[in-house]
Amino acid sequence: MVDFLQLLLSGLAVGAIYALVAIGFTLLWQTSGTINFAQGEFVMLPAFFMLAGLKGFGMALAPAFVLAIGISLILQGAAYKRGVVDPMLKHGVLPMVVASLGLSIALKNIVKATVSAEAHPFPSVFPDQIFQVAGITVTLADLGTLGVAAVVIGALWWILNRTLTGQAMQAVAQNRDTAAVLGIDVQRMVLYAFCANAILAAVAALLVTPTYLAKFDMGDSLGTKAFFAAIIGGFNQVQGALLGGLLVGVLENLAAAYISPAYKDAIALVLFCGVILVKPEGLLGKQEARKV
Amino acid sequence: MNNFRTLALLAVAVVAALLLPLPLSRYGVYLAALTLVYAIAAHGLNLTMGYAGQISLGHAAFFGIGAYTGGLLMVKLGLVFWLTLPVAAALCFVIGLALGFPALRVQHHYLAFATLGFNTLVFLVIRNEEWLTGGTFGLNGVPRPSLAGFTFTTDRSYYYLVLAFFVAASLLLWWIVRSPWGRAFNALRDNAIRAESVRIDIRAYTLLAFAIGAAYAGVAGVLFASLVNFIEPAPFGIPASIAMLLMVVVGGQGRFWGPLLGAVLVTLLPEWLRGLKDWYLVVFGLAVMVLMIYDPDGLLGLPERYRKWRVARADRHAAA
Repeated sequence: MVDFLQLLLSGLAVGAIYALVAIGFTLLWQTSGTINFAQGEFVMLPAFFMLAGLKGFGMALAPAFVLAIGISLILQGAAYKRGVVDPMLKHGVLPMVVASLGLSIALKNIVKATVSAEAHPFPSVFPDQIFQVAGITVTLADLGTLGVAAVVIGALWWILNRTLTGQAMQAVAQNRDTAAVLGIDVQRMVLYAFCANAILAAVAALLVTPTYLAKFDMGDSLGTKAFFAAIIGGFNQVQGALLGGLLVGVLENLAAAYISPAYKDAIALVLFCGVILVKPEGLLGKQEARKV
Repeated sequence: MNNFRTLALLAVAVVAALLLPLPLSRYGVYLAALTLVYAIAAHGLNLTMGYAGQISLGHAAFFGIGAYTGGLLMVKLGLVFWLTLPVAAALCFVIGLALGFPALRVQHHYLAFATLGFNTLVFLVIRNEEWLTGGTFGLNGVPRPSLAGFTFTTDRSYYYLVLAFFVAASLLLWWIVRSPWGRAFNALRDNAIRAESVRIDIRAYTLLAFAIGAAYAGVAGVLFASLVNFIEPAPFGIPASIAMLLMVVVGGQGRFWGPLLGAVLVTLLPEWLRGLKDWYLVVFGLAVMVLMIYDPDGLLGLPERYRKWRVARADRHAAA
């Protein structure tokens, strides 16, 4: 039981990171119909931006993080939208998928060619502290990860639901044309979604890199699991991506402990297949009208 | 006239393919055979993607299932190559049906994710189940096939065998695409709802296209296992699936010879551009992105695009 609770907690911490990436993925899909296969690399890049700040300019972690967010907003936010997604949208889903796959290959190998192929250690935000709560060993890192993710996701939820801009973004997600007729600057809202995705990915990088280590291919499994988490929870829902992320994180951790660590990475797929067989729109998803 | 030109082009291509190994080194012939193996797999993926409009990111998993089915049956049970081939094709076909069914119940892009996850699973099984597959140590000593007392031991003779398979696979695909059945695929890709309205069962057709594509990969997998003699998990991971997807898209999806051009480029470019080292994949990735932005029809779509551009320019001149 104690083991179980410990696994549950550390699973939740991993799941919160999946959720951050999955929510960003969902935002892009909702507002612009973009399926971003470079999502994992969008987490990998800020990790290296932070590393550049730490090692290259001798910054502390906090300013390095701010620097990483700034660069991410420009590159993965504005430049990605204007340079890649905007000219692609008219071509439909498949070319977009292929283009983001090409981007993912290019980004990974730019880092591999310029920095190195090795894994670089990365400082943790939280001090290495362990304490006991009712017989359960709790690490400060797990608690802190959960806390930071909760604050970031909470803030996003508040912006989306309680501010005019957020509601305009939701309107764009529901129906672009109607939103435009209502006088909403659709392109600006889509840009905001890309920027939100860049920030979420940078936060995920801050939280995940101490355990994953900064490596050019660290985004591979992270990106895939975020897709699955997004679909499991419901592709058209922020809450869905949150639930999906947590579910994948926890079940993976439990499966690694109780079934087999070798098949940990298959959990997301099994969940995915189960969910689309029973409830194809995802656990919290709403049925979408067919778009033709 | 047009038919005559096509036939002449085909004749030239066949002669060129037959003469190709003569000037090449041993490694060159091996690469040529490898390219054709990938081209067979890419033919199958082209049916799934180009003709039926489904994105598959797990083609290398079927390639791997084919390779290990062929390899294990030949090495452990001593079956002959010719018996393992239909087994591998049938197995991939059935697994393709089983995987495609849930994914195709829902939206389009779900197949992309289902196949992506499936590829991870297959890779994990190949890597972890050492008692069966040899894990990362691989499976050694996959034999070359023999026919009527002749064994295709040399790379040159095996190249001709693969070429024969490629021609057969191309003819079969040609027939599928031309048959009423293939026209249904086209109708499906162009407008699914209209296809449905003329009583084309969308789900059955897409599922079949996916399963046949998987069977093509299975056959290519057996040929691959015999070509390299030694198989291990690496060539069957997700990067390999992405490479196959790029073969189809770079050449031009839905164009009959797109996969061949794509297979040639994706297999041979790294050899030609060795000097770029790590930067090769950077250039390749960016090139794919730029190609998708400016020319999503792939390289074989370029001549058509050029013709249209010239006509448009001529019109402008005439107007001015």
